[in-house]
Formats: sequence, C-alpha cells, structure tokens
Amino acid sequence: MGAMTTVFRRELAGYFATPVAWVFIVIFLLTTAAFAFYLGNFFERGQADLLSFFTYLPWLYLFLIPAIGMRLWSEERKTGTIELLLTLPISVPAAVLGKFLAAWAFVGIALSLTFPFWLTVSYLGDPDHGVIIASYIGALLMAGGYLAITSCLSALTQNQVIAFVVSTVVCFLFTVSGTPIVLDFVSGWAPEMLVDQIAGFSFITHFQSIIGGVIDLRDLVFFASLIGVWLFANMIIIEYKKFAG
Amino acid sequence: MTAMLEVRNLVKQFGHFTAVDGISFEVQRGEVLGFLGPNGAGKSTTMKMITGFLGPTAGTVTVNQVDALANPIMAKTRIGYLPEGAPAYPDMTPAAFLNFIASIRGLGAKQRRERIAAITERIELRRVMEQPIETLSKGFKRRVGLAQALLHDPDILILDEPTDGLDPNQKFQVRDLIRELAPEKAIIISTHILEEVSAVCSRAMIIAHGRVVADGTPGELMGRSRFHNAVVLELKGDGQPDFETIRADLIRVPGVASVEPDGDRRVVVFPKDSATVTDGVSQLASARGWQIGAFYVDPGRMDEVFRTITQGN
Repeated sequence: MGAMTTVFRRELAGYFATPVAWVFIVIFLLTTAAFAFYLGNFFERGQADLLSFFTYLPWLYLFLIPAIGMRLWSEERKTGTIELLLTLPISVPAAVLGKFLAAWAFVGIALSLTFPFWLTVSYLGDPDHGVIIASYIGALLMAGGYLAITSCLSALTQNQVIAFVVSTVVCFLFTVSGTPIVLDFVSGWAPEMLVDQIAGFSFITHFQSIIGGVIDLRDLVFFASLIGVWLFANMIIIEYKKFAG
Repeated sequence: MTAMLEVRNLVKQFGHFTAVDGISFEVQRGEVLGFLGPNGAGKSTTMKMITGFLGPTAGTVTVNQVDALANPIMAKTRIGYLPEGAPAYPDMTPAAFLNFIASIRGLGAKQRRERIAAITERIELRRVMEQPIETLSKGFKRRVGLAQALLHDPDILILDEPTDGLDPNQKFQVRDLIRELAPEKAIIISTHILEEVSAVCSRAMIIAHGRVVADGTPGELMGRSRFHNAVVLELKGDGQPDFETIRADLIRVPGVASVEPDGDRRVVVFPKDSATVTDGVSQLASARGWQIGAFYVDPGRMDEVFRTITQGN
C-alpha cells in the first residue's frame, strides 16, 4: 500500500514536472469548449444542461487519453527505469495500480477544470444538478476505461508512438462498437447473441445513458469491470515479459 | 557459515537462444565477486535474474535463506541493485529520486534524511542534488544509481558495470567505496576492466556462452597465465647482443622452457611448470655483463587468461 502511494505520487508529480500537464490541460479545455460551443450549440440550444459538453467527450477522449497514457509503461521500458522499478520491493499489481491511478487522477483534475461550464448553466438557468454530477462521474469512469486500455497496451512496447496508435484504435473500437461501423462487420455471420454482446461494449451507449440522466448500476459496473479487466491484463503482460524477456 | 546469496543451476532462454546455461555459485558476506566475460556472455542476464527483473527458465536463487522466486518482495528488500547503464527517471532531481527510492523501500522520514545525507556526502553528489538527472554528466548519473543501490544499506549489492563511463578519479573513488563496504556485505560486480578485478575482487568468475568457465581468486586466475612466474628482462644501452645470442644463452639456464621477445628490447623467459628461474637468469646476466634496465617476475597477465579462456583455445 505504501509503495503504491509512493508510485502514485511520483507519477502524478511527474506530469507537472514537464510541460505535458499544462499542454494537455489547455488543449483539453480549449477543445471541450470548441466542441460544446460550435458542434454542441451550447447557447443556441437554450437548455440549462451540459449535454452539449458531455456528448462530444468520448471523441475527445479518444485522442487525448491515449496521449496521456501512452508513456505509462513504454517510457519505463525505453529509459530502462522499468528494471529499477521492478527490482524495488513493490508488487506488480501495486506498480500498475499506482501508475494508473496517478494518470486517472490527472485526467480527473483536467475534467474538474471544466467547472466554468457548470457555473455558466447554473447562472443562466436552473439545471438538474443531479444529472450533471452523474455525468461527471460517468465521464471520469469512461476516462478510466480509455486509460486502462492505454496503460495495458503501453506495457507491450517501448515505443510511445506505437502505444498511442494501437491504443487509439482499440479505444475507437470500444467507442463505436454499438454503431454500424463495427456491427456491420459481425452481424452478417455472427449469432445474434454475440452481436448484442459486442454492441454492449460500446462506450457511447453506456455513457449516453448516464448523461441522459438515467443512472443505471449496469453502466457503472460496465466501466468498473472494464477497467478491472484491462488492468489485470496489464499486470499479466508485465509478469509475462519477465519470463519471455 | 551459510551463504548470503546462493544461485543454483540458473538457466535463461530467450526463444531458442540460451543466454544463461546452468550457472551455480555462492557468495558469502565479505566477498566481492567479479563477473568477467565478453559482451553477451550472460553476466547481465544472470544479475537480472538474481534481482528479480527476469524470471529464470530454470534454477533457484536464495537470498539470505529466502527463496527469491517464491518471496520476491522479501528478497528485494535485502538487495541493492545498480542496473546496467544506471537508469533513473530523467526529469527528477537526485534529491527527489532518492526520496522516491527510500520511500518505496519503506525508510522512515528521519532515517531517510540521514541515509540520503550520508550517502550523497560519501559519493560526492551534494552539489547536483537539485538538478534534473537528465542534465547530469555520465559520471554523476552513475553515482546517482550507486546512491540508490546503497540507500537501504542492503546485505547484498549487485552492481552491473559500476565504473563504466567514469573518469580515472571517479573509478578510484568507486573502487574505494566497494572495498570499504566489502566486509559487511556480499557484493557482485560485473566489469570489462580486467585490472578492476585485481583491484577490488576477492574472487573472480569468468563467464562465456552462459556458463562459468573459470572461478577463483584473482591470484589463482593469474596463475593460469602462461606468463605466470616468467622472468621479464629489459636490456638497455647500445651494443647489446642480439636476441638470438641472448636466447641461446638463456635457454641453457636450468628450468627454462622457452625464451620469447616482447617488444624491441624485452625478453620473456618462460620456466618449465612455473619453476623459479630468477636466480639462474640473474646470474647469467651478470656473468655476461648485460646492462639491465628492468628485471621482474611476471605475476601473470589477466588479459591473456581472459582471452584464452573465453575464446576456448
């Protein structure tokens, strides 16, 4: 536990030690604003809610989260510090969790800085704060999902560009798995049940039901178990590479 | 006395390539074991398995009676490790980095401050403590890696090329440090520098193709050299007899096996079966009136032993 906290703190401080954190936060805020105002018609809709902000969030995450997570393990491999980390008295699960939680906390910080949207709609109208809180929780959980995928895949390579591209593709598949892009591929030959399963993996479907104001436990469980499964795979990859070399 | 570190039949295969092929040894407290061997011989791979970075294909590692494969965390608390190239997080300062290591190793705040202060003083790291590690010279980076390995005062120290990239003064310092630590610890170092073995190691192991091909004190290894106990003679001044004349004289000295030239003015006199031929050679030299510039008994040549053993001829 102590070792995990130490890794967590080092990683989180690491984001702010370089310009990475500030660049990310500025770009994240600018693009969320641009999406919300231009694509989402934040004002023109005349609704006191944050739907126009949250609707486009998965598409932003698709690029920004892999950009944050791509370095998690690949950079350790590249600089050789993974050898240092894994020969310290810390378990692999603790190292994986510490790093993941730090990146997640960082995304949480960036997300929390979108609070002016909330203030604006509160000032202009009378939004349903429950839905907004739920949407933020959903947005954080979804970020965790994207991040767990990226963390796991970054453990496979020492090349951050490869980690980024592969993670983005996998994240894309999870984002759109409920749409024809993916379903048309499988619906021709796969049994109905499998098609439904694949559609059930869609981030957008789960996220939309959360931001629509329907807090279904199943959506929360979906994201939580997705994070769990990818982080478990992450740990397996690190352990496996010890033996495969 | 039980060994601090015990390695039994360690094997590592990468696909079809066998990097380490059944290495076994023990290291006691007070010993400094030197790993010697050509690049790719399996020195670093062996170290990576002992420290738990790589899982062995077969074999066991026992650290202070603890099975390191079954209890990796417990074993790792007893080991200090400097990996090859001394990796460290480049954007951290040595101060932050050492704090991080100390914290993972579970040192309390007071102990952490004292240990970091003592070590950075000992290896002269003080003045770069607040500079990012990526801006440091190779010598300082290596010393940050050493400080990290020593922080928790481990029983076992594993140093992969600790003096690589250091200037002669820094090399001297590090060797001095290793000698100073030696009585309390079991130490393994790997090196390419042959004189380092004689300078700091109480025992040397030559590794080639993943196997231990020689294991003994530096003296014993030197004893394997064909130069061991040979007499080296340097003649000075002009008007000296030529090499063939000298050889014809020297070869008749009792116990001499052969005589070879060594450079322009030197002659090496090889004895039969490491016999002592010093007296015979010096008597002959004075009888003939040769002007002697240098005269010594060769202790053996490590580079020659190394080449002979690792190239298998």
